[in-house]
Formats: sequence, structure tokens, C-alpha cells
Amino acid sequence: MQASPQPIFKRGPSLVVRLVFFTLLSLVLMVSDSRFRYLEGIRSVVSVVLYPLQQAASMPGILLARTGEFFVTQAALYRENEQLRRENLTNAPKLQRLMVLEAENTQLLRLLDAKPAPERTTIIAEILYESRDAFTRRVIIDHGSNQGLHEGQAVIDHVGVIGQITRVFPFVSEVTLITDKTQSVPVQNARSGLRSVTFGTGHDGALELRFIPVNADMQIGDVLVTSGIDGTYPAGLPVAVVANIERNAAFAFARITCTPSAGVSSFNRVVVLSDAPPRPANPLKDPAQAKLKKVGTKP
Amino acid sequence: MSRSSLGDNIQGGEILLPVRTGYILLTILAAVLLDLVPLPGWIAWVRPDFVAVTLLYWGIFQPRRLGLLPAWLLGLLMDVADATLFGQHALAYSALMFAAIFLHRRIQMFPLPYQMAHVGALLLAQQGIQLLIRLADDAEFPGFTYFVASLTATVLWPAVMAAINAPLRRRSGADDV
Repeated sequence: MQASPQPIFKRGPSLVVRLVFFTLLSLVLMVSDSRFRYLEGIRSVVSVVLYPLQQAASMPGILLARTGEFFVTQAALYRENEQLRRENLTNAPKLQRLMVLEAENTQLLRLLDAKPAPERTTIIAEILYESRDAFTRRVIIDHGSNQGLHEGQAVIDHVGVIGQITRVFPFVSEVTLITDKTQSVPVQNARSGLRSVTFGTGHDGALELRFIPVNADMQIGDVLVTSGIDGTYPAGLPVAVVANIERNAAFAFARITCTPSAGVSSFNRVVVLSDAPPRPANPLKDPAQAKLKKVGTKP
Repeated sequence: MSRSSLGDNIQGGEILLPVRTGYILLTILAAVLLDLVPLPGWIAWVRPDFVAVTLLYWGIFQPRRLGLLPAWLLGLLMDVADATLFGQHALAYSALMFAAIFLHRRIQMFPLPYQMAHVGALLLAQQGIQLLIRLADDAEFPGFTYFVASLTATVLWPAVMAAINAPLRRRSGADDV
């Protein structure tokens, strides 16, 4: 009933053989991608091919947004301007105090002979789209290795931490959100100073704290900020707010869930922070130091 | 290529124009673009995988035109676009293409509702393959909403067929006196 003329002689391998071939090839690719990450080069090439397609596909949305912006009424603009001016005024005294405090802080640190925390440079990037993978929580941003980004950089928005860059391509990069199952962020309770680690749950808008004793000083509404001990996120960035605490005496640990501060799934512009400076070498790895330590601990 | 060498294109008793290779490429390009359009929230996971649907269409109605290789390559493209495991879509799409070509005679014979049942089952199986791959790679089951995309694709199948067939219809009246 159908299609192009049936070939008289069958040529080439049969359909089943071809299926087996491509299945095996895919399996090899997947194992080398997941376990060894050998294929970043090929991925980059495919991503460059994909880039113009992605741009074309994003066009209608961008145009729609632009047209929407064009038809904003003057009253709305005036109102927004007024609001921004008011915000600016309320923030100005805080900013001035911050400058003084920062100077004072560096001076005190110098007095104590401690290193001041280095400033990090920032790059503003825009989110192109959310990854359509149901198993992970990732977004794609419009800057890549051509703009000097690389894996491991922290990404924040104006409210708090969003995640970190996990893969860079020439023009775009993948950011894994802190709500992803594989992400954990070392945090500190801003009120009590208690240190902990948040773990992603794989769902939007939920993080969890594990291994917090039932009697620990944690309250609903506590703000968790990065503790900075991981070397990825600088200290003091808001991560989440404690939303629910379940204390059950039958278990050693409390079940604590938190809501991420940053609009992890509803933001447009993000800030990519530059890397933390290299940390000093681990003294125990230094053979001379290790020997000293051994001598010192002898009874 | 002259049209006569492209073979017949008969669907449900209707004689359609023979399909040029350029047209197949055009539909696939459109499908990729539809898959790449950024959509907010729940619309994104309700959206059918247009690339899979288009591959399925060509696998069923022109089984000798697209083989497993194009399906596999498109899979790699979608793997990079979706930031999934490299080879995950590729394996699922080549299996889907295999099933479509293998079953094309049977599926063509059926009336539309039965055809949609087959399409739905094949798309679900395709998603099932991807699910199994990710579960083997230590991911967690994302819930049954994951499969909604296949259901919307099944519901949209007649619309997709109509859209792809529209330019292939003979202009009525051309042979009328």
C-alpha cells in the first residue's frame, strides 16, 4: 500500500542489527558520559550547532516580551520610577554604613593579621530556559566559556543563592540549582550560628537539612546563609528560610525543610560570581609539617 | 530528485503528493524548534516531545525514508539541548524508530483511534526507556506526571498528522472541469 518502491534486493544490515548497533553505541556513550565525562568535547560541538536553533526558538518569547514592554503606559513607568527612587533612598544610608563598616572591618582584620575576604568580580547573565529534563533541576544561561565562565562558579540572584555552574559550552552554560538532588550547600543559621548543610530534594521550592539533633537551636523562620567553608559560595549569602521542623523523639534527628530564598524557578537575570582565591595548602599534606605533627603528638 | 522516484503516498484511501526529502527535513526542523521554545512551569511538562512524534510519523508513513541513524543523531541533539545523559534520547529515539518501521504496515491499516492507541503506547515506551536509563544512573522517579507528555502527544496526533499532510494534499479542483 505504501511508500517508496520496495527494493528488489535487500541491501545493508537488517533493521534488528541496526537497532542493536545503535543501542550498544548509545550505551557506550551514556556510560562514558555519566561515569567518566569523556564526551564534553562532542557535547560542545553539538551545543554550537544547537545555539542558533535555540536562539530562533527563543525569539517569539523575547519579541512578545518586548512588545509588551513597548506598550507600557506612562503612568506605570512613572509609578515604577517613583518606587525605585524610594527604594534607593531607603537603601542609601545602609550602603553608606556598609562602606564604613567594610573599611573598619579590613582595618581590624589587618590589626589581627588576618587576610580580608577577597572581592569577587561578577558577571550578569540571563537565563535562556529551564532544562526540560524531569530528573534534574537545571537552567541554561546565556554566557559560556567564551565569556570566561567555567565549572564550579557560584550563581546568585538579587535575593540569594541559585546554584553553581556544572557544565560550560562556548556560548551557554548549565547551572544546577540548589534544589537539585545532587546539590548540597554548607549553611549557617544567621540567628544561632549553627552550621549545617542543605540538600536539594529534586522539587522546586524545597530544601532539607539532615542530621540536625532534635534539641538543636532551630526555629521556623530562621534564615540560613552560606557559611563559606566549601570554597564555592562566599560566606553570608542567603540560601533558605526554615519552613517546617518536625521533632519526633523516636528519631535522633529532626526533619527540617526550608524554602529557598532566591526565586529558584522564577527569575530572569542572575549574577555569576568569580572563583574563590586558591586556599592555602593543606598543612598535613606537607611532609615536613606532617613530621612535625607526628613528633608533637608523641606521648 | 523527480517526484515519480519518491514513491506513493497513500493514507487512509487518500492519495497524497510524494514526499520530498527537503520536506521531511523541514518538519523535523520545525519539531526541534517547537521542543526548544522556552515555556513556563506546567506547560513545559505537558508539552509533547514533538521530535519523537515527527520521527514516529515518518517512521510509520515513509518507513524507507528515515532510518535509525537520523533518529539517533536527533537524539544526541536533544540530549545536549535538555542537558540529559549523552545518549539517553538517542537510544530512546532509535528504539522508537525501530518500532515504527517494524509496525508500520499494521499501524497504517488501523482507523485513527487504534492508530492513536499505538502511537501512545510507543511514545510511552520511549519515555519508559529514558526513565529506566535515568533510574539506572541513580536518578529518582519524578512521579507519574512525567508521562503526561506522551498522553498530550497522543491526543494531538490527529492534529500533527493534519499539519504534516496539509502541504501534501492535492489541490482540489486542479483536475476538475
